[in-house]
Amino acid sequence: MNLMQSVIEALESLNSNKMRSGLTILGIVIGVAAVIAMLAVGKGAQDTITGSISGIGTNLLFVFRGSMNDSVRNPRPLTLADAQAIADPFAAPDVQAVAPILEGSGEVTFSGEKSTTTIDGVTPEYFTVGNNALTEGEVITEEHMLGRSSVVLLGPEVADNLFGRRDGLVGETLRIEGQPFRVIGVLESKGGGSFGSQDNRVIVPFSTAQARLIRRGGQDRVDLILVQVVTSEAVPQAVEEISQILRSRHRTAIGADDFTVFSQEDFLQTAATITGVLTIFLGGIAAISLLVGGIGIMNIMLVSVTERTREIGLRKALGARRRDILIQFLTESSLLSLFGGLIGILLGWLIATLVGRIAAASGTPFNPSVSIDAILLATIFSAAVGLFFGIYPANRAAGLEPVEALRYE
Amino acid sequence: MSKPVIVAENLTKVYKMGKMEVHALCGISLKIKRGEVVAIMGPSGSGKSTLMNMLGCLDRPTQGEYFLDGEPVSTLNDDQLADIRNRKVGFVFQSFNLLSRTTALGNVELPLRYAGLASGRRERAREALEAVGLSERMTHRPQELSGGEQQRVAIARALVNDPAIIMADEPTGNLDSRVGKEIVNLLLSLNQKKGTTLIIITHDPNVAGQTQRIIRLKDGLVENGK
Repeated sequence: MNLMQSVIEALESLNSNKMRSGLTILGIVIGVAAVIAMLAVGKGAQDTITGSISGIGTNLLFVFRGSMNDSVRNPRPLTLADAQAIADPFAAPDVQAVAPILEGSGEVTFSGEKSTTTIDGVTPEYFTVGNNALTEGEVITEEHMLGRSSVVLLGPEVADNLFGRRDGLVGETLRIEGQPFRVIGVLESKGGGSFGSQDNRVIVPFSTAQARLIRRGGQDRVDLILVQVVTSEAVPQAVEEISQILRSRHRTAIGADDFTVFSQEDFLQTAATITGVLTIFLGGIAAISLLVGGIGIMNIMLVSVTERTREIGLRKALGARRRDILIQFLTESSLLSLFGGLIGILLGWLIATLVGRIAAASGTPFNPSVSIDAILLATIFSAAVGLFFGIYPANRAAGLEPVEALRYE
Repeated sequence: MSKPVIVAENLTKVYKMGKMEVHALCGISLKIKRGEVVAIMGPSGSGKSTLMNMLGCLDRPTQGEYFLDGEPVSTLNDDQLADIRNRKVGFVFQSFNLLSRTTALGNVELPLRYAGLASGRRERAREALEAVGLSERMTHRPQELSGGEQQRVAIARALVNDPAIIMADEPTGNLDSRVGKEIVNLLLSLNQKKGTTLIIITHDPNVAGQTQRIIRLKDGLVENGK
């Protein structure tokens, strides 16, 4: 018997028991759809997160105090002087701009409304380094710095919380930690970013924050230094230059840096690792449902073998060999799972698209992508499930004694 | 006449039922000539079915030798037995045993498919169905056929591979007497035309009376006949 013939015969047999075949297929459909959808959502999440990180700027470096290395004790804090040293074009020719940041948190109030938020003290360079656009008003300038002015830029979430609107706020006065500040602008929304909300914060001049809001024990301490590198290709050199400057300034031993220079690349890698684990985890859970579907196939095939014992006996009497019967039943179970796989791919793709729509509707740009890999994986896996779980019933059918089988009622 | 198509020597079959041993056949020797029409009779439990299973190569004897069309059968393995059944034996069962999913043609084609025939199957199946007088009903499914017609399809299926013997196990058991007579006549006329050896297992003395020889079994032994 050739393959085509077995397939036609298997189709006839599956067709004669539509309800049962349908339900068996459903088990596989759900399993495959779950795998496809989970992988697609995982991939989409990865794309979105890496995309939003790249959006910060690929030539951006983050310098902060301390090290991942346990052996470093009492890391020296970063200071304004460190930032100025990094900005020195002779010591660090690949550095374009440097923005030291003082980070704290506090209570912001406006006519009875209260909100606890992040307070960033920044220098004017901050607005050239990151992409921090305003929807209205103006950025912090050198004058504000020199005068330690009580001016503030509002994150959109803070604006919502205090004023219930995001525009027409320039000139309003609110209180931060009880001190009056004049609003000079509103920041553009960055959405619910990957590292907590970037919208729930206020920005004040560095000197003002240092003097009145975030006290750091006298020295010119800074919490974070943002560094813009001339081009993204120059990032490795820039990292080396910055490290050299800080090493000599902090007089650290070799191999015991008390600071960390973190690049976009590192962020991307970390994010990719996290989302990769997430995807595997989700896919693994989905794979369990595929396994359950496979057991469903085995179950139904066993019932089918018992039901068709006489048929098997007859076929053997007519000259069917062990192999013929084996192929017949394996073809049936493989077809079941293959159909299930195909429908499951479609359904999974639909679910992924739906998830994407829902995410888009709720304001998160999120694009689940069904990759060819996932489709191949699901198809091969489902066919394998059919074969694997079909082997036992098929073997049982093939091993029946013709005499016994013919006598079976 | 010609040399015998069936030679059985001292066939013994012992079934083990738990610790009990049941002797279904206790040493049966018989010869059936090519083209002969033989009836096997006997009360239930006499070993009729067991003998049919042996002669039809569905089962192997515990002891004894069996040659079908010159081939020693008792030593073959399962797949070789399947092959012998396919080429040399045509079965007609009491309950027809047709596949309900397929048409008459499909049912008749089945043995040809297991014979590994790639082409010409349809033609040969058609010829076989014409030979049993069912040229009008080839594309009908078993449910759409009467009992007599279904048994004709089964006979066509038994014939299609040009077997050496046809084993008919109570072929009229599920049919009324008139249709049963037609079926027996059909089997006999096919024997006349093609010279296929015909072995009918039956309870019915009328059916047995139409054959050339009656082998009576009792308690696993041949009571009369040679």
